[in-house]
This record gives sequence, structure tokens and C-alpha cells, in this order.
Amino acid sequence: MKSRVIVSTTINGEPTEFLCEPRQSLLEVLRDVLGLTGAKEGCNNGNCGACNVLMDGVLVNSCLVLGVEAESHRIETVEGLAVNGKLHPLQQKFLEHAALQCGICTPGFLLSAKALLDHNPDPSEAEVRHWLAGNLCRCTGYDKIVRAVLDAADSA
Amino acid sequence: MTSSQYKVIGSRPLRPDGVDKVTGRAVYGADVKLPGMLHGKILRSPHAHARIVSIDVSAAQALPGVRAVVTARELPSVGDTVTDLGESVVNLRYMSNNILAHDKVLYHGHAIAAVAADNPHIAEEAARLIKVTYEVLPHVLDGRAAMAANAPILLPDLRTNELGKQGSSQTNVAEHIRHQRGDLAAGFAAADVIVEREFHTATVHQGYVEPHAAVALWNEDDQILVWCSTQGSFGVQEQMAELLQVPPSRVVVTPTEIGGGFGGKNSVYLEPVAALLSRKAGHRPVKMTMTRAEVLFGTGPTSGSYIRVKMGATRDGTLTAAEAEMIYEAGAFPGSPVGAGCGVLFGPYKLENVQVDGYDVVVNRPKSAAYRAPGGTNAAFAAEAVVDELTEKLGIDPIAFRLHNAVREGDRRADGPELPRIGFIETLEAARDHAHYSAPLPGKQRGRGVAAGFWFNWGGKSSASASVNADGTVNLVEGSTDIGGSRASLAMQLAETLGIPYADIRPQVVGTAGVGYNEGTYGSRTTFSTGWAVYELGKKILDEMRQRAATHWDVPVDGVTVQDGTFAHNGDSMSFRELAGQLEVPVSVSASVFPSGFGPSFAVHIVDVEVDVETGKVEILRYTAVQDVGKAIHPAYVEGQLQGGAAQGVGWALNEEYVYDDKGRLVNASLLDYRMPTALDLPMIDTVLVEVANPGHPYGVRGVGEVPIVPPAAALANAIYQATGVRMTELPMSPARVSAALLAAAVPA
Ligand code: FES
Ligand code: FES
Repeated sequence: MKSRVIVSTTINGEPTEFLCEPRQSLLEVLRDVLGLTGAKEGCNNGNCGACNVLMDGVLVNSCLVLGVEAESHRIETVEGLAVNGKLHPLQQKFLEHAALQCGICTPGFLLSAKALLDHNPDPSEAEVRHWLAGNLCRCTGYDKIVRAVLDAADSA
Repeated sequence: MTSSQYKVIGSRPLRPDGVDKVTGRAVYGADVKLPGMLHGKILRSPHAHARIVSIDVSAAQALPGVRAVVTARELPSVGDTVTDLGESVVNLRYMSNNILAHDKVLYHGHAIAAVAADNPHIAEEAARLIKVTYEVLPHVLDGRAAMAANAPILLPDLRTNELGKQGSSQTNVAEHIRHQRGDLAAGFAAADVIVEREFHTATVHQGYVEPHAAVALWNEDDQILVWCSTQGSFGVQEQMAELLQVPPSRVVVTPTEIGGGFGGKNSVYLEPVAALLSRKAGHRPVKMTMTRAEVLFGTGPTSGSYIRVKMGATRDGTLTAAEAEMIYEAGAFPGSPVGAGCGVLFGPYKLENVQVDGYDVVVNRPKSAAYRAPGGTNAAFAAEAVVDELTEKLGIDPIAFRLHNAVREGDRRADGPELPRIGFIETLEAARDHAHYSAPLPGKQRGRGVAAGFWFNWGGKSSASASVNADGTVNLVEGSTDIGGSRASLAMQLAETLGIPYADIRPQVVGTAGVGYNEGTYGSRTTFSTGWAVYELGKKILDEMRQRAATHWDVPVDGVTVQDGTFAHNGDSMSFRELAGQLEVPVSVSASVFPSGFGPSFAVHIVDVEVDVETGKVEILRYTAVQDVGKAIHPAYVEGQLQGGAAQGVGWALNEEYVYDDKGRLVNASLLDYRMPTALDLPMIDTVLVEVANPGHPYGVRGVGEVPIVPPAAALANAIYQATGVRMTELPMSPARVSAALLAAAVPA
């Protein structure tokens, strides 16, 4: 087995090549190799959603994807949400609704919510709760997060 | 106080650190990266209780890429010094033993040795190569079992502090405390109804989403630099100095952003080990992060407990006596929150005849750490269920009963102190008058529960400094870790004091080298105490600026007034900004405070549930949290504290628990098996902010963060009773436990 592999991807719209060990997860590559520390590690086994990113528009736990599996895929992380100095509506609504306390879960929630709104622009509260059930937040009790997502959907 | 009294306080501005936190730019513990950084990993015990016969690190050391290996031998021996960690007091010798086991391991997951290597994978492999020989000892997990005469002894030198007197024999009981007042026998004799019940609560974890993380560099000049996610950098400095036996001034702690703490990030775990590795690895920085399993294995859960409560009341609903016994599992070393639990237990009620006995007991579980209103949830679960049963037997409405017995200003708590102006009555009235309380609740197996909660709060030492910029903005430099919006609540208080816009305050949190001493962000103290410091800063800035205005106008300072950020004298006036632009000598001030006027908090929660009789699953239909918050500086973040506390309480009540096998091994150390509430498990959480200003603070602030976790478990148990007729006396009220209880009571589906 080669000790390192060259992987070609597109990250937040930028063609990106990186060298990674076959055992490294995409989360580890993002954080440690590429310096994109917006994705957080809360559990490293798919149970908290803090590491969530989009891969070809599909929500994934980046801790459960190997870096080498990103080959030829499009990755979106929290760092790519704001465009041209303008916050994404979800980012803006999270701020306005005080939907974060410590903020460690926020990048993961933003990506999950983006995936939801991309595929269902007008979700009900129940649909939001269902979709966000893979993201743990220990601080907020989810109330303000759910409101922020609903409001972002309304104002889109 | 009406909100119109204030310009900034009571509004809901965006937080200063918000953009960094929604763009992923904020730097948390695990995001720190230094040049030449190594990665550390800890080896942990596979046994609940064992003597360490030998440790062989040679294979680990020989692995390419390994730079240092340390064991407890590298830790200096520390004496029995007791240090206050904020909401928990610890003996440093025990803490040293907890950081790296000395001669015995005392719980599954107890740290034994650590490795620093070029990358985390090598460090992990090397840790596995360390060979430890154990002599396995019998273990004990349950507090009452640990008190039995033949129980395995965890700490051979431990003697009971029995009501202030030192015992003489080996024991697992670290302390027996008692609060006592009045005549218990006479009180119960006067009662028409007496209820006595026993309760159990499981060990639960704070569950912050960010695992512990630290980077340490032991420099060639013997300065120790630490970057870590902590509730209090000065606390880290003090603990490091004691554990490593170096002067505190040699330890410089820079806090990162923190991904939740809830009491669990006051103690150090990784920091001293990373420092030892750094020194041994040739003074290179060493980063250590815990996996989620390590967080559950090795860091502070809060105590499981056994509580027996007996209360009596007359026919008209007056409480006449209350008595309780509380046994809290401290984990492997003394220091459970049983003392606080004893104070919370009957905290909401006026009682003349009362006795509470508390026991702090060591067991083979991780050393407990503070968890949001430490000890309070256990206590309220027991006492509020007994109160509920009394109200039922007496046929009195639960809120009316509590109103009748509620403590007010001037009443004495069971644990001694006299209460200042508090808002418990107002909180109960707000709950009674809330639409939720009178809303019909049709449907089978549905019920509504109510419970009250008390929490002491804390003031503590805080320092801050500020400087005026030429453009009229003000830099605010503070040392209180911002866990949930305190940069905003502090900047708002400074803006209000100065009479300038909130946006003109630029707050930043700095470490031990950048600001005067601060206690950690615990005890619901930051917005109160650091808020006091910030208020003092504002006053000092205004004084100095008035002087400068007086010099400018060449008039005596007494004639210069300041209001709403405008300085005036005899028809002349200048805005704060104008004056700031003309300062010849800069204005900078600092303030340190240790305010005593923190006021206790009271909460009343109302919850509707539906119980699935087939599965035992409890669904929450509606939740309302009512609380006296003193004065809500930033109401959205205050609501967030109520909602978050309620949600944690729901998890504690319905799902969370440490599960062990018969060998004393923790078997659910993952977030799949240690199940915390998700968005799907909760409804919206309504909040009612009752504002009874705290006279001990210039803006009426009282702590808000902790008391909301006190009532939820009790409110849920009372709701389950209303839904099913079965009283749950054991936490968590998980589907398995609820369905077993319903089966035993033959509740029809
Ligand atoms: S870190 Fe990937 S799901 Fe928790
Ligand atoms: S805001 Fe702290 S975990 Fe969600």
C-alpha cells in the first residue's frame, strides 16, 4: 500500500489536490491537511453531525468518509457558505435568532440545514426536526435553531 | 424596573463573536496548530479497579515517530492541598492521581500513561504498545454498596469526615454532612399527611459537543504555555502550578473558544500531561485531544445518587417537617456535589423543622465533576415528587401548594443563610397564570407535571479592563470564557453604563497574561460578576472623560455632567465620540470585583407528556420554563439558557445513563449508546422571563444558567404519574424502565 495518495477534488468551488494517507478520514484531511477547521469532530463515528459537509450536494458525516473517497467529488464546507463577503441566509438567521450558544455544533447544523433547504425549500417544523436529528446540540435545546431554519426558508 | 429604563439592556443585538462562529473561523480547542507540534495520546485502564504491578514503555518508545512517553512517575508528588475549582472542591493529590494513575487504577478508562508522536495515529499505536501488568481487585459501582462494611476499599488512606470529625478506619465514605433545624419529631407529629419515598438517579455526563483539547509547550525558559478549551484560564493556571509544582507565574494560559462546558471544563485532564510530554520531547508543543469515548470514560460525569425523602403537611397544605438522606457517588475520588444537593433539596420551601444528611462516597466510576447546578437535579427529582404526592393526597393544586409554602425574602434556607429579595412567588404566579397551565389536555395516557427548582448562584472574582479609541469605540478586555453569549451581555452592560451604542464596544476574551484575575465561567456568575466589573469600568471611564472635558473647556470638573454619552457644561456639549477624538492622554481603566450580592434563582417548569404504554416511551408534547431571571440583559440568550437547561434535564430524565457490565466496564461510551436528546425528541420550549431585579447588582442581574436544569426530571416524573398513575422513582425514565413499571402496575394499554 502506498503511504500517501494524491486526491483531486473541488472544495468550495476551488479545484483542490491533497496528499492523504489511506487511513485518514475526510474530516481529518479537511482539518489537518487543508486547514479547514470549520468542520468539527464531536464523536468521529457518525453520531453528532458536527463534521457534516456536502459531497456532490449530499449531506455526509465527513468523519465517516475516507479522504481518498473524495476523489473527483465536490465538497462544500462551512467555509464556503458565505459568498463574496455576504453571509448565507442560514448564517444570518442563526445569528439573528441566537441559534448558537457555544457554537461548536453550528457549522454542522448549517450544512445539514442547507442540504434540507436545497431539497425542500419550504419544510414544516416536523420536517426540520426530522432532518436535523443527526446533529447534536447540547446548549440550545434546538428551539432557536429550528426557528432560524424555518425563518431562513421563509425569507428565501 | 421597566425595560424602557434602559437603552441597550433588554435589546437583542447580534453577538460580537457571531460571524466567526457561523463561518467556521472561530478557533476552538482542537483547532490550535503550532509549528513543530506533536500529538499526544493517553493509555487508559481496561479494569474498574486494579493494582498496577508494572508498566513497560519500551516497545512504545521504540516505535518510529514516538518522541516521548510519560507515566505518573513524571508527576511531582503533591501533598494534600485542597483547591476550589468552582462548584467543586478537590484535593490535589487525588487530582494528580486522576490525571495519571499512580499505583492503582480506580475506574475503567483511568489514565495511566501518555505518548507524544509525530502524528495522532502513531501516538495511538504507541499507546497500545505500552504493557501494563495489573492485579485486578474487586470493584464497587453503587454508592450504598460502597458504604457496606465488606465493600472493596478504593483509597486506603481515606477516613470519613463525620460531621466535622475525622474517622479512624478505612472507608469509602469521604464525608457525612448534616443540615438541621427545629424539631423533626414534633414537625411530623403535627402533620396530617406524611409521604416518604426512595429515589435513584444514574450517572450522567455533561455531554458538551466539543471533546477536551489542549496544546502545551514547556519552553526552554521553563515557561509553560497552554492553549486550551476551558471554562477558566486562571483555574487551569492554578491547577497546572500545583500539579507540576511550578510557580503560577510560569504558566501562561490562553483560552480558545469553548464548545460547551456545563461545569465539566473547570478541571484539567490533558493540560499537565501535554506539558510533561512537551518537556520530555525536547520542548516541542504537544497537542492532545480526547475522543468521544475518552470524554465519557475519563472526564466528569455527575453523580449517580440514592435519595430518601420524607415530608409532612397539615390538611390546609402547610409543610410541617422534612427529612432526607442523600448518598452521592463521587466517582473514584471524593468530591461529589452532595453538599449543594442538600441545599437545593428543600430550597424552595419555608420549613421550620428540617434535617438533611448527605454522604459523599467513592466508587469505581470516573471522578465526578460539576454539571450545571451540580447535585440539584437529583435533589429536585426526589423532593418535588414527594411534594407532588402530598398535593395529590391533600387535594390541593400543585402550584397553589407551592405558593402557600414558598420561601420569600427574609426566610432562612435549610442550609442556613437568610434569603435576599427573590422572585419565587412571582415565578409561581407566572406559571399559574400561563395559558399552558390551564390548557385542556385531552387524550389517553397524557399528563401534565409541574416542578420547582432552586439554585444558589455565585458571584466570585472578576477583572476586566477597557480603553477608549480615538474613533469613540471602546475596547473591552475580559477574562471570562464566553460559552453562550457573555461577550454580548458584558458589552451591553458597558454600553449602557457609558451611554454609547452597543456596536461601539469591542469585547475580547484574553488569557492569564492579558487581564486581572478571573474565576471561571461557572456558578451562573459571568454576566453578574464580570458584569459588575464592566459596570465599574464604565463609571471609571466616565469619570476620566469628565475630567478631560473639564480640562478641554477649562472649567471645574464638578460642573461637567454626562448623560446618554454626552458631556455638557453650561450650554457646551460634546459627544463621547467627539471627546474621544480629542484625548491628549489616552483613557484606559481596569476594575476588579468580588461582589457578594448574587441572588438565588428559582424556576418552575410545566410539561405535558404522552406515554406509550406498549413501549414505555415518553413523548413531550409541550414544555414551558418559567424563571426569575433578575434582569435579562440579552433576553434571547437568557431564553437560550432556559431552553438548553430544560433540554439537558430532559435527557437526564428520560435517556441518559452510564451502563456498566459485571466487571465494572463502561459499555456505552459513544453518542449512539449514550443517547442525548435530538431535535426530534423535543418540542419548542416556551420561556417566561420573570424579572425581579436583584438588588445586589447595578442592573438587577441574577445568574440564569443553572437553575433551568433543576426541575425538568421532577416535572417529567410528575407528568408521567398524571398520564399513567405510576410514580417513577428511578432515573432515567427510559422506555425499558417505564414499561417495566407500567407492567408491574398492570396499567392497561
Ligand atoms: S464527528 Fe462526525 S458525526 Fe460526530
Ligand atoms: S451551541 Fe453548543 S452545542 Fe450547539
